[in-house]
Amino acid sequence: MSAESALSIREVTKTFPTPEGGEVRALDSVSLEVADGSFTVLLGPSGCGKTTLLRCIAGLESPDSGEIDLKGQRIDDVPVWKRRVNTVFQSYALFPHMTVAQNIAFGLEMDKLPKAQIQQKVGAALEMVRLSDLGARRPSQLSGGQQQRVALARALAKEPEVLLLDEPLSALDLKLRRGMQMELKRLQRETSITFVLVTHDQDEAMSMGDLVAVFDSGRIVQVGPPREVYLSPRTRFVADFIGEANLLEGAAAGGRIDIPGFGDVADEAMSAGSAPPQDGPVIVAVRPENVVLRPDPTGNGTIVDATFIGGDLHVEVAVGDTLLSVRQGGPGSEALAVGALVRVGFAPGSARIVEP
Amino acid sequence: MSRARGTGESLKNFPLFGLVSALVFAFLYVPLVFVVGYSFNSNRVVTIWKGFSLDWYVDVLTNDDIQRALMNSLRVAVVATILSVVLATGLAIGLLRMARSGRTFAWSLIMAPLIIPEIVFAIGTLALFVQVRFPLGVEAITLAHTAFCIPFALLPIRARLRGVDLAVYEAAADLGAHEWTIFRRITLPLLMPGIVAGALLAFIISLDDFLVSYFLAGAGGTTLPVYIFGMIRNAITPGVNALSTLLLLASVIIVTLSYIITRRKR
Repeated sequence: MSAESALSIREVTKTFPTPEGGEVRALDSVSLEVADGSFTVLLGPSGCGKTTLLRCIAGLESPDSGEIDLKGQRIDDVPVWKRRVNTVFQSYALFPHMTVAQNIAFGLEMDKLPKAQIQQKVGAALEMVRLSDLGARRPSQLSGGQQQRVALARALAKEPEVLLLDEPLSALDLKLRRGMQMELKRLQRETSITFVLVTHDQDEAMSMGDLVAVFDSGRIVQVGPPREVYLSPRTRFVADFIGEANLLEGAAAGGRIDIPGFGDVADEAMSAGSAPPQDGPVIVAVRPENVVLRPDPTGNGTIVDATFIGGDLHVEVAVGDTLLSVRQGGPGSEALAVGALVRVGFAPGSARIVEP
Repeated sequence: MSRARGTGESLKNFPLFGLVSALVFAFLYVPLVFVVGYSFNSNRVVTIWKGFSLDWYVDVLTNDDIQRALMNSLRVAVVATILSVVLATGLAIGLLRMARSGRTFAWSLIMAPLIIPEIVFAIGTLALFVQVRFPLGVEAITLAHTAFCIPFALLPIRARLRGVDLAVYEAAADLGAHEWTIFRRITLPLLMPGIVAGALLAFIISLDDFLVSYFLAGAGGTTLPVYIFGMIRNAITPGVNALSTLLLLASVIIVTLSYIITRRKR
């Protein structure tokens, strides 16, 4: 609705028939605003509906109900070839019988641009992805990373309102992937085209997105900047899927939040000004780096395992029947040997009550 | 060391391996050598060599009946090839878009001519044409050839189509291409090696067919294989050898061409 929205997705639902004759709801009344010029990441495990949403935006699927607006214009009934949206496919989908330059020119020829202009735009697109000297090659003569760049150049050459990227880095090896993440950020900044990227890799989402939309079973469960989603997960699923989290079950009653073995954690789990939880069972999520351990012979926890990984101490501590992951950096961790008794607490304000 | 190598060596060490191989190749190629060699024999008696001569080629190439039969064969083969390749291309694309269950059924239906005994197909087609009063001759043969060439044309086209990433068509649409443009600029060029291979296969199958053509030839529809059959009913003359050699040459040229074309496309 708002003027600065590049994409406005409202209550989009899409179901697919299953081979058994049933129905699977890939998108369940999904709504999302994508700000113009932003880098938005749709994050979730496979089969959560994120790719279906991307395909609905591209026009490769049509939603059963709901509305998709591009720059204020409704597009969900516009055919795929007319939408000012382009896609980078997971398999790249380069045309194997054309050269790199012909691949990039294809979309421009569809726009019926004059030849000279096409040539100039192809050259600029090749330069943008640093493949200027490979224009005459066939896709089969390129490495995976180079093919990826061609797919990007082909889509970007059309200067779309929104660029859709479907798991674009999943076929690359780890080292290349880090490089391409930086490259995608750079391209997004330079072109100021709105990017919508689908991934199941939370590190990728966290490092690239201005905005992350977390999907779970066909619904968007949380939308926000990566830092916010990490620090304040709304549901148990988000807390667990993004980063590592200790999920503790307890009970709320009269402003207290009691967790067996910890006592009242209301002070740690309540951010200032927020309303106390309704009485009843609650789940509290705590990140491993926010668990505080103090050597204490009368403590509530026992160290079960301690390992140094990359300068951090990774500790497993047992509190009653519950096992917690703890990450501690720096000095003072010598005392945390296996078998030691410790007092386990949480850093102030670091715990979050999450929806089940 | 490795198992595969061990079996390979033991097969080579089999005492009769060389002899059996030689016999197999002899059985395959000696008749061809015989046909080609004796086509240059100046003697009217086929099996006795007298001297080198091109007389039989001149004879064959100036014979009006043979030329008419050759023209019939080419007309049938060219038209049947074009029709069967167009239909097979449509079928291949159509099959790709069908639901799985329907696809299996349609595929078996299309491929059935490969296992139906040709004599049954020939009799059935003859009965049908007589029933609907379709005149026998070149047109009747062309229709029948088209029908049984479709599976041969379809096999390489479908193999090629299955090797294409489906996302390529979506990418073309995403970049602004309509259905027809996608077909012309993406589908067709990608299928071309398969279409060429299918066309050459269909052409040779049609050119080579005797049984169906013989049944449907009627008065004016004699094709080359039917004519050759008529020639040898009397006696094997060196003329038959010359004609067969020419057919063989045509086949070799076509197969070589198809090899070159499909290789260059990749």
